Amino acid sequence: MTATQDASAQIPVTVLTGYLGAGKTTLLNRILTENHGQRYAVIVNEFGEVGIDNDLLVESDEEIFEMNNGCICCTVRGDLIRTVQNLMKRKNAFDAIIVETTGVADPAPVAQTFFMDDDVRAAARLDAVVAVVDARHVLQRLEDTEEAEDQVAFADVILINKTDLVSSEELANVEARIRSINPYAVLHRSERCGVEIAKVLDRGAFDLDRILSLDPHFLAHGHHSEECGPDCDHDHDHHDGHGHDHSHGHHHHEDTHSVKSISLKAGDLNPDMFFPWINQVTQVQGPNILRMKGIIAFKDDPQRYVIQGVHMIVEGDHQRDWKESEPRESRLVFIGRDLNWDVLKDSFAACAAQ
Amino acid sequence: MPTIAPVEIDGFAVRAGFLKDSAYFASGEGEVLFSGRGETRLRPHKAGLLAAVPSMDGSALVTSGDDGCIYQFGSDGAPALVAERARKWIDLIATGPSGAVAYASGRTAWVRLADGREKEFAHERAVGGLAFAPKGTRLAVSRYDGATMWWAGTDGDPVDLSWKGAHLGISFSPDGKYLVTAMQENALHGWRLSDAQDMRMTGYPAKVKSFSWSVKGKYLATSGANAAILWPFFGKTGPMGQTPLQLGARNETFVSAVACHPKEDVVAVGYQDGMIMMCRFADNAEVQLRRPGKGPISTMDWDKDGTRLAFGTEEAEAGLISLQD
Repeated sequence: MTATQDASAQIPVTVLTGYLGAGKTTLLNRILTENHGQRYAVIVNEFGEVGIDNDLLVESDEEIFEMNNGCICCTVRGDLIRTVQNLMKRKNAFDAIIVETTGVADPAPVAQTFFMDDDVRAAARLDAVVAVVDARHVLQRLEDTEEAEDQVAFADVILINKTDLVSSEELANVEARIRSINPYAVLHRSERCGVEIAKVLDRGAFDLDRILSLDPHFLAHGHHSEECGPDCDHDHDHHDGHGHDHSHGHHHHEDTHSVKSISLKAGDLNPDMFFPWINQVTQVQGPNILRMKGIIAFKDDPQRYVIQGVHMIVEGDHQRDWKESEPRESRLVFIGRDLNWDVLKDSFAACAAQ
Repeated sequence: MPTIAPVEIDGFAVRAGFLKDSAYFASGEGEVLFSGRGETRLRPHKAGLLAAVPSMDGSALVTSGDDGCIYQFGSDGAPALVAERARKWIDLIATGPSGAVAYASGRTAWVRLADGREKEFAHERAVGGLAFAPKGTRLAVSRYDGATMWWAGTDGDPVDLSWKGAHLGISFSPDGKYLVTAMQENALHGWRLSDAQDMRMTGYPAKVKSFSWSVKGKYLATSGANAAILWPFFGKTGPMGQTPLQLGARNETFVSAVACHPKEDVVAVGYQDGMIMMCRFADNAEVQLRRPGKGPISTMDWDKDGTRLAFGTEEAEAGLISLQD
C-alpha cells in the first residue's frame, strides 16, 4: 500500500491500446522516428502488416496468468513479465519501453503486471495507458465491443485520430461519447497520429505525485460540463441525491454502454473508516472497477494522501502538505462497469471525520 | 583466505561457470568471455544474449539470443550454429545427455539431438522452463497449470503433471526421482515421479529464481528469502513434512543466487547487494567471500573440484573467487 520504489531507477513503460486500424502502429512509428533523444524497446503482440522500424523489437504472445489468490480480476501478463526480465539483461540498450497491445486486448492485465509482479515492478514503472481511437469508427466499435469501451475507460491519454475523416459535428459526438465513458483522460485530436510526442510519453499517469497535475478536470470542482458536448449525460452533480444510473429510467440511448464514472467529494475523512472501506470496495467490486484515483484529506493530517487503483490493486501514499490556498477536500473518482453508485456514494460519505 | 580476481564483462551477467578449467562469463550485451590460460572474448549473437548453459559433459557452452540463434562452442572454438528460429527470442535452453539441446520460445519447445534430428513439442500455453532428466532423453517442460514430460528420442506418450498456476524454472533431482518447479507465486512445487505425489514448498517472501542441488542431491538450495532455503530430499518422502535449513540469514537483504559446492555440504549464497557468503549445512558456519558491490548476484557456479567460484552481477561485475592460494 505504499509507493516506495525509486522511480528514477525504473524504466518507464507506455502501453498503447486501440482496436485494429485505429492507428496504433502509425503512432508507434511516429514516436520511434521523431524522438531522437530516446531509445525504445518495443513489445508487440504480433508483427503486423506495417513494419516497425526499431532495433529492439520483440514479439510477445499474450499469456494471461491468474494469480492463485482466489481473485478473478488479479491477472497479469506472463509474457510481459518474461519479456521485461529479458530486456533487463540489456538495460544499456534502451531508455524506455513501449507495449503495443492487440486490438482486442484487455488493458487491465497489462497494467496490473507492473504492480503485481515484484521483479517487473522493481525494473519498470507504468507511465501511462494511451488509447488510439478512430474518429470515424469509434462510435460503432463502442456499440459492438466491450473491449473498445474498456480501452477508452482505462486510458490516461486518448488520441482521437483520423479527425479529417469526420465532420466537426461528428467529432463533437465522438468526444462527448468518450467523455461520457472517461471524463478524466487527457484528450487529443489528430490526423495520422500527428500529435506532439511529449503529450503521449512521460505522462506519469500512475505516479502518485503526478496524478492530479495531469488531471486538470480533477480540481475543477467536480464539474466536467466544459468538456462535454450536448449529448453527454454523465452525472455532473452527484450531491443532488438523484440522477444516478440505474434506478430512475430517464436515460436514453446511452444505456447501451455500461461503463460510467463517478466523482465523490467530501471534507476531512477518518482514516479508520476510509481504509477499511476502500479495501472492502475494491475487494467486493474490484472486478467492475477499471480505474480509481483520489486525493484524500485525513482529519488532523497536514499532508495530502493520494491513492490510485486498477481493479483490486490499490496504491496510496502521502504526497505533500496541503497548501494554505487549497481547500482541504477529499475527492475520489471511479470508472467502472455495473458499479452500485448509490452505495458507493453513501458509504464514502460515511467515512467523513466527525 | 579466499581471494577475488575481478573479471571485466560488458553487461548483466547472464551466466558464469566453468568448462573444464576455463571459467566463462556470458553477458546480456552479447559478449562471452573465457578466462583460463589467457583470455578469449567472443560475440556469437548479432545483438543480445538471453541464455547460456554448459553442455552436460562440460565440454561446451550453448547460448541463445534475441537474434533467434542458438550457438555451441568451447573455450577455444568458433561458435557453431545449432539451430535458428527467425525473429524469435530464444530465452530458454537446457542441455541433456548425449549432446541433446532443448530450447523454447513462446509456446513451443524443440529438442535437437546430436545426430541433427529435431523434434518439436507444442503446448497450449507458454513454456516456462526446460530440464532434461539426468538419464535418458526425457525433457520436462514447465508450463501453465503444471509440467509435461516428453520423450525426446522416441515417440512415447508424454506424461502430464498438474498443479494450478504458472510454473517457471524447472529441475530434476540428480537421482531423477523428483521434479521441482518454481512458480509465479512465491513458492516451489514438486512431484515425486514414482506416484505423481504433489509437494508444496511455500513460505517464500519473493519468487524463487535460483536453485541448486547439493552433493548427491541431498538438499535443494533456493533463493527467494533473506536466507538460502534448503529443502531435504533424502529419505522416502523428500521434503514433505520437513523443515528446510535456513543458511546465511540476513536481516533485510534477500538471497538472489545459490550454488551448492560439488563435494562438500556447503553452499555459496549470493545476495541482492552483491555480497557472497559460503555456508556449511551442519552448523551454519559462514565465511564471507565477497563484500557487497553494485548490484544483485545474478549467477554463480563452482569448478568441478570446488576450489574456485565464478560469479557475476546484474550490474556488469564479475570475478573468480579462489579458496586456495
